[in-house]
Amino acid sequence: MSAPAEAGVAQASTAERVEYLLRLADTSLIAGQRLGELLGHGPALEEDLALGNISLDLIGQARLLLALAGRIEGNGRDEDALAFLRDAPQFRNMSLAEQPNGDFAETIVRQCLLDAWQLETYESLTGSREEALADIAHKAVKECRYHWRFSAGWLVRLGDGTDESHARLAAALGTLWRFTDELLTPDALDARMAVCGIGPAPGLIRERWEMRVSAALAEAKLQKPPHQHYPWHGKRGVHSEHLGHLLTEMQFVPRAYPGATW
Amino acid sequence: MVESAGLEGAKGRERRIWRTLESVADPEIPVVNIVELGIVRRVRTGTDGRLSVGITPTYSGCPATEVITRSIRDTLDQNGFADVMLETVLWPPWSSEWLSESGRRKLEAFGIAVERPAGAQVACPRCASHQVERISEFGSTPCKAHYRCRECLEPFDTFKCL
Repeated sequence: MSAPAEAGVAQASTAERVEYLLRLADTSLIAGQRLGELLGHGPALEEDLALGNISLDLIGQARLLLALAGRIEGNGRDEDALAFLRDAPQFRNMSLAEQPNGDFAETIVRQCLLDAWQLETYESLTGSREEALADIAHKAVKECRYHWRFSAGWLVRLGDGTDESHARLAAALGTLWRFTDELLTPDALDARMAVCGIGPAPGLIRERWEMRVSAALAEAKLQKPPHQHYPWHGKRGVHSEHLGHLLTEMQFVPRAYPGATW
Repeated sequence: MVESAGLEGAKGRERRIWRTLESVADPEIPVVNIVELGIVRRVRTGTDGRLSVGITPTYSGCPATEVITRSIRDTLDQNGFADVMLETVLWPPWSSEWLSESGRRKLEAFGIAVERPAGAQVACPRCASHQVERISEFGSTPCKAHYRCRECLEPFDTFKCL
């Protein structure tokens, strides 16, 4: 399986394509698993349902992307093998996705920053030369739009709410902002994907993300924190301590009972 | 045009498959079938004469998708279509416009309103009032939102416009 050849366009290797797909897939999977922890613990029934539904969408996107990565890799690993039988250093999710739920303010800020990134990224990937990825992106972007409406809606309501809710959102922004640089700064693989016509042009996502997030922060009467360069490299497999704990829970059954089926 | 070998032409078999698939109900909303929901994207005969059914998920994470795939397989097998292949079709992505008119009417009769694209208002499935408000964009399944009627005060599910 290969991306269609076109004169004058660089060809990505199988390893590069798989690595890039894992970044997208793992970010959805880990964010979905995090939100899944909140099932039955949402602050109100509607929010509980909303977070659960968003979690399902993200895990659904992850399944499509992992299955595609497994097919391209060609070593017989399916979506389950990739989700359940890799250890933390083999995960390629953005560090932001693995951050704990904290209070509702932290959950909302994390989702908001991530939703904006996924929305802009999938929007751009609808034109990817990796055709199967473009198909998934067409589907995912529709879901990301209402994920963003939900998280940005709460960002504004809480940011422009009471002194308490404003203070909690401001604190959550302070905690989580450092992880946004990883989303927006292309590394060598991101640059390579752009050259090969698979990933977004360098700088494009930062520009659109900044516009979207700045507007929401202004409406929420929240100060945009100063730019922080922070050496998180989840997308290269260097994770915070939180991912390991998440994986022990997510992977327990397939690890304890290999090959178990319903 | 001469149709391919067999007592029945390819088009005839395709039609019979469409009719067979109309007997597969949605597991979450059993009043509508999967053809009305727009989950069956195509039935076609390949150049090698093999038939395939293309199905598309409504939402990426819809847990009903697997049950639906299994029901389609079982129904095809039971009706003499064991050799028909199932394929997942992602593009163009499913949208509520794939819902058929009869599907819409059945949903409304069942008590589930349907969001219409661009501006058209949702009507309360109980009293038909347009004085309704959306409580949450998320409901009991990924494809539904939660509304309330300000006229008769009843809460109700609404099939989302995606």
